[in-house]
Amino acid sequence: MPPTLDTSLGTPTASAVLFFLVIAALTLAVTWWAARRTRSTKEFYAAGRAVGALENGLALAGDYMSAASFLGIAGLVALRGYDGMIYATGWLVGWPALMFLLAEPVRNLGKFTFADVVAFRLRQVPVRIASAFGGILTVLFYTIAQMVGAGNLIRLMFGIPYEWAVTGVGLVMLAYVLFGGMIATTWVQIIKAVLLLFGVSVLTVLVLAQFDFSPPRLYEAVAARYGQAALQPGGLVTDPYDAVSLGLALMLGLLGLPHILMRFYTVPDARAARASVLYATGFIGYFYLIIPIVGFGASALVGRETIAKVDAGGNMAAPLVAELLGGTPFLGFIAAVAFATILAVVAGLTLAGASALSHDIFVHVVRRGHAEDHEQVRVARVATIVFGILAVLLGIVFKGQNVAFMVGLAFAIACSANFPPLLLSIVWRRFNTPGAVCSIATGAGLSVLLIVLSPTVWVDIFHYPQAIFPLRNPAIVSMPCAFLVAIAVSLMAREPSAEAMFDDEKLRTYLGVGAE
Amino acid sequence: MSSDSKSRLLASPAFHSLVARRWRVSLVLTALLFVLYYGYILLIAVNKPALAASMGGVTPIGIPMGAAVIVGSWVLTALYIVWANRSHDPEVERLRAELARHD
Repeated sequence: MPPTLDTSLGTPTASAVLFFLVIAALTLAVTWWAARRTRSTKEFYAAGRAVGALENGLALAGDYMSAASFLGIAGLVALRGYDGMIYATGWLVGWPALMFLLAEPVRNLGKFTFADVVAFRLRQVPVRIASAFGGILTVLFYTIAQMVGAGNLIRLMFGIPYEWAVTGVGLVMLAYVLFGGMIATTWVQIIKAVLLLFGVSVLTVLVLAQFDFSPPRLYEAVAARYGQAALQPGGLVTDPYDAVSLGLALMLGLLGLPHILMRFYTVPDARAARASVLYATGFIGYFYLIIPIVGFGASALVGRETIAKVDAGGNMAAPLVAELLGGTPFLGFIAAVAFATILAVVAGLTLAGASALSHDIFVHVVRRGHAEDHEQVRVARVATIVFGILAVLLGIVFKGQNVAFMVGLAFAIACSANFPPLLLSIVWRRFNTPGAVCSIATGAGLSVLLIVLSPTVWVDIFHYPQAIFPLRNPAIVSMPCAFLVAIAVSLMAREPSAEAMFDDEKLRTYLGVGAE
Repeated sequence: MSSDSKSRLLASPAFHSLVARRWRVSLVLTALLFVLYYGYILLIAVNKPALAASMGGVTPIGIPMGAAVIVGSWVLTALYIVWANRSHDPEVERLRAELARHD
């Protein structure tokens, strides 16, 4: 590192290690406490359905606000100005849609996974296999992106080798999920959300204090250093189709993220599910409102050149400005919070992946719905270990690869493969088993195929001169196709048992009659 | 609960209007969300100078617009909660009680 760059980033300072140990001790103590309360499937997958609306709101926020959105968006704003802010808005707008379209029906109809809702009145075996496939694919791509991000970020912040970082994240996260199930995962996510919101709030106040608490003066400083262009839209959004396609994936993809939908089963009823979305939207919205201030602050106070020198992607913008304004101890705190952020998100993803393997595949496909509760919990724990090891291995396999597109891919699959059957199973009587299976296959297949042929992979990764599919995100094509296939295939044949059960489903959807 | 009372409730105008109203409110709010977010994104895509317009000083109008999308999303969510708590829940409770009474 050049001598002009006076930073302790990249070395494990005493304060970073201390804060990290405090967070690790606190979360593992919570896990130990939760482990004694985790015996049944209802406790392992759904925290006994005893989580309050505010707690679940915080946990949803903790599940969703990833290190990529904390460090990545601050960095994007720092290096590219206003474009980072456009990006931030996209990450929030799914939440109201989740509330309006799915939160209450999903809570009323399901038990542990979103596949419970899709399979409510359809033939269990094919629909469970298809839904678990869509769910696991979504969670896997999301997890790979998180693990690779975790390895890189921890190496940058603490100087720990990549493989150790990935393995460490895997082991600690496995401890949470394996022993404490959803109860521990929920509290880890709550602790992380509180720490992250607190840390970013302090950082925002420290930045604004440099500008007499006047955002316009901050913008003046940015404009003085990098020109008015830093405060205006740049190259991020140019093609309207591409912009709408990415927007659709971000907005409706949230409605198909298994680890988010699963959190609705931790609250007692639909009313609490609804309230938890309002809290989550508030916390996440607040987070995305203040993150750009941190980013602009980093660019005005630290400078783009310095930020880009530490990490070309800008990921260290927030830690650098934290060190400048709060010294090494505050940098240590922010680094430890970033670490906790990664752990909480990966724990939620692992629990979702494991529940698809154990609850959807083992219980409903292998055992045709008949398995003792204690056996189900044992299988869920085995599935957790399988998924955790897979996550670490994939993290190591994809070391040094450009995996930024994988989050976009996860959202594309979520909105194309998981969201259409969920919505149709709730609202359309004629929706049937072949319709669900074909729509999931179409949504997942098209998402993967089109993203491989798009500039994101075909040009950026395979280095072909010209992409075959012009848009960077496939959602605008793949989601409508999944809906069309679902409707067309459902109309081809009737499934009397599914249609007959629609009445019972309606009572449960709208009145909560029989909801678990 | 008898299947008779269930089918009577399912066929009742009160249940039909509950479901219809729930989706009307949801879809209107979803439409407003689309206008808010895609309006902002498409404005950026087709007319960037509009966001660069000054509000006096260096701060361009684009910055409060971005913030307004975030705050607006939350306000829409809050509107749904207010409607659901005030008008939807009491009706749900009433229909549930009716179903229980006929057992």
